[in-house]
Amino acid sequence: MAAVEALNITHRYGRVTALDDISFNVNEGELFGFIGPDGAGKTTLFRIAATLIIPAGGRMTLFGLNTVSRYRELRNHIGYMPGRFSLYQDLTVEENLNFYATIFGTTIKENYHLIELIYKQIEPFRKRQAGRLSGGMKQKLALSCALIHKPGILILDEPTTGVDAVSRTEFWEMLANLKSEGITIIVSTPYMDEALRCDRIALIQKGKLLAIDTPFNIRSSYARKLYAVSHPDRYRLLIALRSLPQVITSEPFGDSVHVVLRDDVLPPEVKKALEETGLHGVSIAGTMPGIEDVFLELMQKEQ
Amino acid sequence: MDREMAIEVRDLVKRFGSFTANDRLTFDVYKGEIFGFLGANGAGKTTAMRILCGLSRPTSGRVTVAGIDSGNPEAIKRRIGYMSQRFSLYEDLTVNENLELYGGIYGMTMKEIRQRREELLQRLSFTGYCETLIQALPLGLRQKLAFAVAVFHEPEIVFLDEPTSGVDPVTRRQFWEMIYETASRGMTVFVTTHYMDEAEYCDRITIMSEGRIVALDSPSALREQHGTASVEELFVKIARPKNTNS
Repeated sequence: MAAVEALNITHRYGRVTALDDISFNVNEGELFGFIGPDGAGKTTLFRIAATLIIPAGGRMTLFGLNTVSRYRELRNHIGYMPGRFSLYQDLTVEENLNFYATIFGTTIKENYHLIELIYKQIEPFRKRQAGRLSGGMKQKLALSCALIHKPGILILDEPTTGVDAVSRTEFWEMLANLKSEGITIIVSTPYMDEALRCDRIALIQKGKLLAIDTPFNIRSSYARKLYAVSHPDRYRLLIALRSLPQVITSEPFGDSVHVVLRDDVLPPEVKKALEETGLHGVSIAGTMPGIEDVFLELMQKEQ
Repeated sequence: MDREMAIEVRDLVKRFGSFTANDRLTFDVYKGEIFGFLGANGAGKTTAMRILCGLSRPTSGRVTVAGIDSGNPEAIKRRIGYMSQRFSLYEDLTVNENLELYGGIYGMTMKEIRQRREELLQRLSFTGYCETLIQALPLGLRQKLAFAVAVFHEPEIVFLDEPTSGVDPVTRRQFWEMIYETASRGMTVFVTTHYMDEAEYCDRITIMSEGRIVALDSPSALREQHGTASVEELFVKIARPKNTNS
């Protein structure tokens, strides 16, 4: 049985279509990522999955239970972490955790093994009010509270947004641990590089799914040969590349520019053309497309 | 090589009670460079940036921004531009009205405002949106406009605090091209980001950890010094705080 089945989900806010005919399945025990920018529809989709809003069209089931008609039962199996910190700011760390355990009819002790690795890091501050925690600590507390009733599925809405690269790495390590406990996880993120940590991902933009597959297959789906071009003066390089008829697309990526060339063009020709514009010492090498290359390609196709 | 300085910081210390948020920071930012300011959450970036923008006073140390001492914050504010991570334009005003408002605040005359507005909107291919309310603009355009507003009064330095947070990859790149273009005209750009690939776009970066600067150089020099393939790898290696109170 699939952990999540979504069929033709559509949702609107007034005249704005937030989700447009979205279908996907998530397998049990899978770490499934939704990758897309602000306004793509990630939060709306997750709220539907968390039984918090009723979709305008289509249907979704979690563990075979419909999110609209069976929401009460279903809530016992869902751990939801919204994008905005929404625990009680004036309760302490311990009080928050106790509160969530109690409303789900369990105790901290009963499921402590599930949260131990995460909670241990904030336990020294268990008497501190939640509102006075740092960002990273709030995130750990929110995850502990979402886990304390031993849910079958975790729904995490942008848990790493605005979080620094170190804490982000730690957070994904925690998710990998939870996955090994058999918990299904759906998670959204605007950081494309985090896609590589998921079993499968869906690329989402303007309410539509652009692709669903493993990160490897998505990277392999990039149809064209991609080159990384670099020169110390990146802005000049970019302007020069844009002016060349041999170049189809050129996009800055970290310390290089990712370039697609016309079919009949080879790198030495481009190097020579760049030299003619006065740019010497440019290096060009073939490179493996990343998730973001694919996302850009699919976005351009949509437009 | 003597380069003109946009920002000079010497032994900057900022304490809140017994907590030292900035611990003897010393660095320079050159005129016309894109300077990336990185660090883990809670490392002290926001505190330092508030001091540089004239919003807070250092406990000790010397800070000069655009040639002005931090003891004169009002004069600093007039010479800088600032864009925060959260969108900061008035949603119920039009594009034109927002530019008039900010231009007016910075003491530009109506004539100057009209002239620069024309120029600016053309450069951004924004001319079709002059009379559009901000709330009706797509997210990507708003972000670009927020940047345009921050540099509208032609400040010597512009401070960008996580300007591309949550923005789609196409807009993110267009945004960085605006930054490049702005820097190539001689404006100094001081930027914070959590996207490590964007750190690679900077001329030089500094990494803060627990109130101190732990790295400062060009991205390529830092990668070489620390033997890492990317700034991301470098960041995870050196920016992790020693205690886990983060």
